[in-house]
Amino acid sequence: MSKKMPLGFLEAGKNATICKVLGGNGLRTKLGEMGFALGTSIQTVRNDGTGPVVISVMDSRVALGRGMAQKILVQEM
Amino acid sequence: MSLAYEPSKYTEPFNKVIALIGNPNTGKTTIFNALTGSRQHVGNWPGVTVEKKEGKLLSNNIPVVDLPGTYSLGAYSEDELVARNYILYDKPGVVIDVVDASNLKRNMYLAIQLLEMGSNLVLALNMMDEVQDNHMEINHEKLSKLLNIPVVPMTAAKKKGITELVSKACASFTNTKEPFTIDYGKEIEKEISALENVLKMHPSLSKKYPARWLAVKLLEEDSYLLEELESAHNAEKIKNALKTAQDNLKSVYSDDVETIIIEKRYGFIEGIMKNVVKKNKNIEETLSFSDKVDKIVLNRFLGIPIFLVAMWLTFQLTFPIGDIFIGYVETFFEWLGVLAVGTFGEGLLSSLIVDGILNGVGTVMAALPYILFLFFAISLLEDSGYMARAAYIMDRFMRSIGLQGKAFIPLLMGFGCSVPAVMATRTLEDKKDRMITMLVTPLMSCSARLPVYILFISVFFAEKRGLVLFSIYLLGIVLAIIMAKIFKKFLFPGEPTPFVMELPPYRIPTMKATLMHMWEKSSAFIRKAGTLITGAIILIWALSVFPAGVEYASQESLIGRFGSFIAPIFAPLGFGDWKAASSLVFGLLAKEVVVGTLGVLNGVGEEGLAAIIAQTWSPLAAYSYMVLVLTYVPCLAVLGAIKQETNSWKWVGFIVMYTLILGWITSFLVYQGGLLLGFN
Repeated sequence: MSKKMPLGFLEAGKNATICKVLGGNGLRTKLGEMGFALGTSIQTVRNDGTGPVVISVMDSRVALGRGMAQKILVQEM
Repeated sequence: MSLAYEPSKYTEPFNKVIALIGNPNTGKTTIFNALTGSRQHVGNWPGVTVEKKEGKLLSNNIPVVDLPGTYSLGAYSEDELVARNYILYDKPGVVIDVVDASNLKRNMYLAIQLLEMGSNLVLALNMMDEVQDNHMEINHEKLSKLLNIPVVPMTAAKKKGITELVSKACASFTNTKEPFTIDYGKEIEKEISALENVLKMHPSLSKKYPARWLAVKLLEEDSYLLEELESAHNAEKIKNALKTAQDNLKSVYSDDVETIIIEKRYGFIEGIMKNVVKKNKNIEETLSFSDKVDKIVLNRFLGIPIFLVAMWLTFQLTFPIGDIFIGYVETFFEWLGVLAVGTFGEGLLSSLIVDGILNGVGTVMAALPYILFLFFAISLLEDSGYMARAAYIMDRFMRSIGLQGKAFIPLLMGFGCSVPAVMATRTLEDKKDRMITMLVTPLMSCSARLPVYILFISVFFAEKRGLVLFSIYLLGIVLAIIMAKIFKKFLFPGEPTPFVMELPPYRIPTMKATLMHMWEKSSAFIRKAGTLITGAIILIWALSVFPAGVEYASQESLIGRFGSFIAPIFAPLGFGDWKAASSLVFGLLAKEVVVGTLGVLNGVGEEGLAAIIAQTWSPLAAYSYMVLVLTYVPCLAVLGAIKQETNSWKWVGFIVMYTLILGWITSFLVYQGGLLLGFN
């Protein structure tokens, strides 16, 4: 197990579990409903280092703005 | 800016209504169409249904309501709120939740929320064919038993399972069963029941909402319900109880309650998934096709060029493909004109029909083939799943003008018609984003403006038609960017909201669906030509022949006098002619009418009008005129949509003023700048 980091830093193809979701109430709810709940395993499909990232979560692809991706803390697996 | 809730106008008791709900991209609209026989447009991107739509079951006329696609009932954006309010306040007798069976886990979240609200739920397990293709197995009987609701496996796109869904849904009206609950754990349950007891004592809230549901939602800090609690009478006790409950839970959990509640729901769903879903093969493999395409389409360097090429191709193809059919339209109207003169002879009535209606409507309809193709292209983008990718690609760019990627979709739809585009802004969660997008959407050149461009471009820029047309569209985009930046800076300052959007798997659009969608949008144009535009043209004709005795459409006629009065305003833009000015005024009804009016005022049809314009206009003045038509005041239908969405006349007035000023200045710069550069 490695240390926690923001989802925005997880390279494409890497797997991780969600540890914490920062940010306002509405934002957290919205993310939770899209499948980004604590403990969920996710995979980064696309991360260009800038612009939105594409995450594989619960068998679907979700595009996340970079700002939002920085607010999700994950633990790489 | 509120989306005031109005109960629907059904006279039937609401418990005799079936509501359709589901996540975006689950085939909900396809099922609605199969159930009711109506032809709604099916898109492959989130947010197709932004308003509830109503129809009736083909077999027995039970009303069916199609609600906007939503991931949850958290009321995060306006379209989610439409769905939630309907379920809560209109209390439909049966709710069909359409779920994408190949993505069951995420879809179940909404189903669980509906069950918690006490809905009489029927689960439509759609896209079962994809489940089989994915080598998954879903035990739907077990799912039905675990949730204690009817579950219907189906593949709506292939019309499988529709009959069973209808019969299960109709049979469910008489169902009565135990209310569904999730165990949120000892600590939270204790607070829920304490809160529930206080809520049950409140006269109005207890009547409006199920007590347990309301208690859970308040603990989740649902902003709408907290607001309602804030304004409710005699709710002190509830507020205190809520405060106590939150304090108690804070001392137990390090995380906030809301996160824990969401997790408990997912925990419950996880448990069900383990029982009903069997995966024979890694699902990731089946998503690999979409991922492979996305590797190219979403590429950092290729993404934007690919998008621009797609757009450029669309405009390049508009003319050659439209040209194939244009002859038929012209021949048809010529034939009608000959027929009319033969039937009615010469005189006032014949003048109305030939000079007025046929010239006007014929000129407008000459653009139909081009409009058909434009809508065909937009349909392809939507149905294939590319639209969501366009939002992804444009996010970085949209961010630089203070908006987020999702705002790009309404803007792109604006190329078709600004009215649905204004409505599509509902999918934007943030009100500031929404307002800015709504205000600049009319600058995206809609298909109604196309007839004006076609007319002038064919006359003056015959060799570079595609390029000149592209330049006008591009100018609209550039102006939209500039205005968005200005509005962001001065009217709606703040950070752009984060971008979250599902990228649906690519689906190959069927020719039938794409043609159907194209026809649906284009038929609105034809209907408009048949009603609003004909009406406008009769009005223009009347203003052209009166006062009695004047020469038809001369400067002494009513319209001539009015046009002459306002014409000097437009002289510095290159077209101080009264006919050009009058046409702009009538263009407010609908932008196509500009062409029709020019036709009527010159007393000629499409062919003749081109000849007259070639003699009386300069290319530069024509370009300046196109620019003004692009920018000046959106048509009445758009103003109506903006009034409806913002619930304020202030914004309608604002958009009229800013587009007038912007249009005048831009045309002025184009014309005077062009003169300085030596164009004419």
